[in-house]
Amino acid sequence: MDKQTLLENITKQFPDDVTDTTVVKSNRVTADIKSESIVKITEYLFNILQLRFIIASAYHTKEGIEILYHFSDDESGNIINIHVVLPVEDPQIETLANMIPGANWIEREMHEILGITFKNHPEPEKLISEGNWAEGVYPYRKNFKS
Amino acid sequence: MTKTKIIPVGPYHPLQEEPELFKLYCEGETVKDIKWETGYNHRGIEKLSESKSFDQVFFLVERICGICSTSHPFAFANAMEEIGDIEIPNRAKYIRSIVGELERLHSHYLWVGLAGHFLGYNTVWMWAWKYREPVLDLFEILTGNRNSYAMFKIGGVRRDINEEQIKIVRKTMSDLKKKNDLLTGAVMDDPVIHARTKGVGILTRQDVMSYAAVGPTARASGWEIDIRRDDPYAAYDMVDWNVITAEEGDVFAKAQVRLLENYESIKIIEQCLDGLEKEPEGDTEVKVKEVPEGIGTGRAEAPRGEVFHFVKTDGTNSPVRHKIRAPSYVNIATFKKACVGQTISDATISLAAVDPCYCCTERLAFAYDYGTRKKLFDGNQLVELSQKKTEEIKKNM
Repeated sequence: MDKQTLLENITKQFPDDVTDTTVVKSNRVTADIKSESIVKITEYLFNILQLRFIIASAYHTKEGIEILYHFSDDESGNIINIHVVLPVEDPQIETLANMIPGANWIEREMHEILGITFKNHPEPEKLISEGNWAEGVYPYRKNFKS
Repeated sequence: MTKTKIIPVGPYHPLQEEPELFKLYCEGETVKDIKWETGYNHRGIEKLSESKSFDQVFFLVERICGICSTSHPFAFANAMEEIGDIEIPNRAKYIRSIVGELERLHSHYLWVGLAGHFLGYNTVWMWAWKYREPVLDLFEILTGNRNSYAMFKIGGVRRDINEEQIKIVRKTMSDLKKKNDLLTGAVMDDPVIHARTKGVGILTRQDVMSYAAVGPTARASGWEIDIRRDDPYAAYDMVDWNVITAEEGDVFAKAQVRLLENYESIKIIEQCLDGLEKEPEGDTEVKVKEVPEGIGTGRAEAPRGEVFHFVKTDGTNSPVRHKIRAPSYVNIATFKKACVGQTISDATISLAAVDPCYCCTERLAFAYDYGTRKKLFDGNQLVELSQKKTEEIKKNM
């Protein structure tokens, strides 16, 4: 599926959930979505379009805590980034790990480094910081002082 | 009632490059569940990267993994060149692909050798590692180092490959083909290896898709994905080669995919050498003065699968955010499917089958009774257990 069709399909399927779409480069596209719509949009991408979940990247900006969920369409070589922004005071989003077991680790990691809460996560235990880091200290937030 | 015993593999164990602890929950000889603990060696590389200049980041990411040390610079270069919309010269593309494929060769030989050792088939181990040596020698000739090659930079490569070196690489590749025939035959035609690896540690296509597994782990379960073909970079769309897959999803299928991929790597290297000869010598880079603000998602097919780098820049000379996903991060999670239901003696090879990198530091690995805390096996005894099973199969044949 070419990148334009991919974006049109998502916008047509979820007109109220997708707030903006951008073609980043020749085979890279980004769709900005409302954070509460993450599960149904992922269900469409992962189960219906059968895109591969690569990973998610989270970072702290002045807009809040942002997450980019990267999906790969291996037939066309496109990467689609699903972009959500969460408020820094209480960053919460529904988990994808019940649908995609491959998202289990990265969500736990994002919780530890940036303090994002993934609701209904099947295994909300620490992944990388067990016994090593102080509670409530998130080293990848911009206000973190080492 | 059968007692559940926990067999910890790790945190330091020759199966793993980084320290990680896998707890096998066993009833009798059968593995019933697996849990893991990571973070023993969290180096904070993503955070560290934010304090480095783009040129320094190449040397940093090269040290993420010792075995596939060029895959991370490869993916990072792809991400940065995507942000800057930079097209590199053909000569640089060929050199990048040659280094990438030499790395795949030595990494696959390393895996085949270690898999042979875990099965108690030390001839395969000795052969594979002997054939790996000329590849490492080539690295020394081309890059000055057997590992951590420092070949990549934004806009091209740091060193050219001259005519004399092209001849040496050609000769080594031609010798390697014969050796690869020998090794592939030794593994694929051996009834004992068939008995130990066929039907062991099976991952179905659905398993690898749901765990988002990549590389030979995914391809051995019939999922035909390869970034070199699907999202071509460097010279991979300028040469002719095939994606190798198998349907069975067991340990044997993973070995088969890696052994046959070696032939494809040799094919790619030879065609890249042909390409190099047609390009003007010295044309190895374009000068890049600055990288604009933006986001880049670069990926490269490492020996273990897709390496993914996400970079966010703000117009300065350091990343604002640099997310790195190595293939083992998604492949290791498939242990939950591959190991459960196996016997303890097959668990070693099932864990090793996804090639989760290796560590030279074996410090602690023992099995203990969960109730009495009495020691049952240590790490070497687990390997011995696996080797003993092979001996028994040999005797009964």
